[in-house]
Amino acid sequence: MNFPAELKYSKSHEWVRVLSDGTAQIGLTDYAQKELGDLVFVNLPQPEDEIRAGEAFADVESVKAVSDVYAPVNGTVVEVNEELLDAPELINQDPYEAWFVKVEQVEEAETLLSAEEYEAFVAQEANK
Amino acid sequence: MEKKTPLYQAHLRWGGKMVPFGGYLLPVQYQGVIAEHMAVRTACGLFDVSHMGEILCEGPDALKNLNLLLTNEYEGMYDGQARYSPMCNENGGVVDDLIVYKVNDERYLIVVNASNREKDFAWMQAHAVGNVKLTDISDQVAQLALQGPKAQEILEKLAKPEDIPAAYYSCTFHKKVAGIDCIISRTGYTGEDGFELYMAAEDAEKMWEELLKAGEAEGLVPCGLGARDTLRLEAGMPLYGHELTDETSPRESGLGIFVKMKKPDFIGKAALEKMGDPVRKRVGLKVTGRGIIREHQPVYLNGEQIGLTTSGTHCPYLGYPVAMAIVPKEKVQLGDEVEVDVRGRKVAAQVVKLPFYKRG
Repeated sequence: MNFPAELKYSKSHEWVRVLSDGTAQIGLTDYAQKELGDLVFVNLPQPEDEIRAGEAFADVESVKAVSDVYAPVNGTVVEVNEELLDAPELINQDPYEAWFVKVEQVEEAETLLSAEEYEAFVAQEANK
Repeated sequence: MEKKTPLYQAHLRWGGKMVPFGGYLLPVQYQGVIAEHMAVRTACGLFDVSHMGEILCEGPDALKNLNLLLTNEYEGMYDGQARYSPMCNENGGVVDDLIVYKVNDERYLIVVNASNREKDFAWMQAHAVGNVKLTDISDQVAQLALQGPKAQEILEKLAKPEDIPAAYYSCTFHKKVAGIDCIISRTGYTGEDGFELYMAAEDAEKMWEELLKAGEAEGLVPCGLGARDTLRLEAGMPLYGHELTDETSPRESGLGIFVKMKKPDFIGKAALEKMGDPVRKRVGLKVTGRGIIREHQPVYLNGEQIGLTTSGTHCPYLGYPVAMAIVPKEKVQLGDEVEVDVRGRKVAAQVVKLPFYKRG
């Protein structure tokens, strides 16, 4: 499993990539996509939507079930990755490139994990 | 605590992701539902279905009991023939759906759903009449399903061609596959050609490995419950607990042809007669909007709620999501545009013919 060092992670298995202009991309981790299985549908918010850390802002569906995707940070959506609407399998294929939304006015309302911390957290989850 | 099938260790070895289902720990998938689904449609897949229940019905009154318990007609079958039937309660709802194999005039093998096994066995025993003996042999029996267009080719590498049943819904008894004594049945739950093999539990692991080895060149892969569900849905097949429940008449779930109202009697017949001709039917829905319809979601026609969905998901081979729903018979026609409430959002769908997929 892959845990890019430059990203921050939430315990609900989302990643955050802070870009040089202060905005941030949000996506689902490699661990999450493996657990969910083949994804076949994604519901995304719209630009200008406010997202709140710990609250669902999108959902993904595998052939078996629907799962919420939680916001790891507070922010305002500036862009959604419309490519995912037609090709949700991109999340399975390349989870760290398949960003869901780009947000601005990013506020880290909950403590996020480093790659190392998240890897340890996942190892714990897997042994439960 | 879930039970393990005889193949539990094999599933772990093959990378199965184990989940509880019907009282057993079974693989929901190995490499992924979509790849496994496609393998069954284009090559072949192997499923562990050892969780299914097997009940022997024996004695001079075996046939009489089957005809009383089940809605289908069991008179006139040949030895080695298989026949599907709903089993109804007194109210005309469905206790379970099952397959009966005729071994001979006084011996039949009944295969039931895992989650209903104990309920079914108790039901059958409580309603037994005359000289009949019912035995639950589920724990001694393992079942594997080899499904897909290459199933015959693969099976021929391990069995004599003359031992392989030629007719759909027939079987052969005490035949050897990879040297293992088994029942070879030409049945399945995927909409493809294929076989279900019944053998002693202790032989299951060897059979599993031999089949996977024999079919490697043909593209045979192990498949989990996830693909089993998407395949049966794509093929428009009902699943107990979804399309069939103890409160739904089988005549309204699209199983009317398996309910022989002209039989002298069967449990539930009086109630079904009283209901009269079915007023509801099971239909297919093809999603034309954006979204995935699941079970128990309200279906709207011209703004009016007309029924609920019973199953639904994305169908990998067709490439779009579908659902099944039970709706008023007269109100809904093929081609109708409906809407389904998916967690508060309306998703457009069209009423289409079942099955969604039929093999060419």
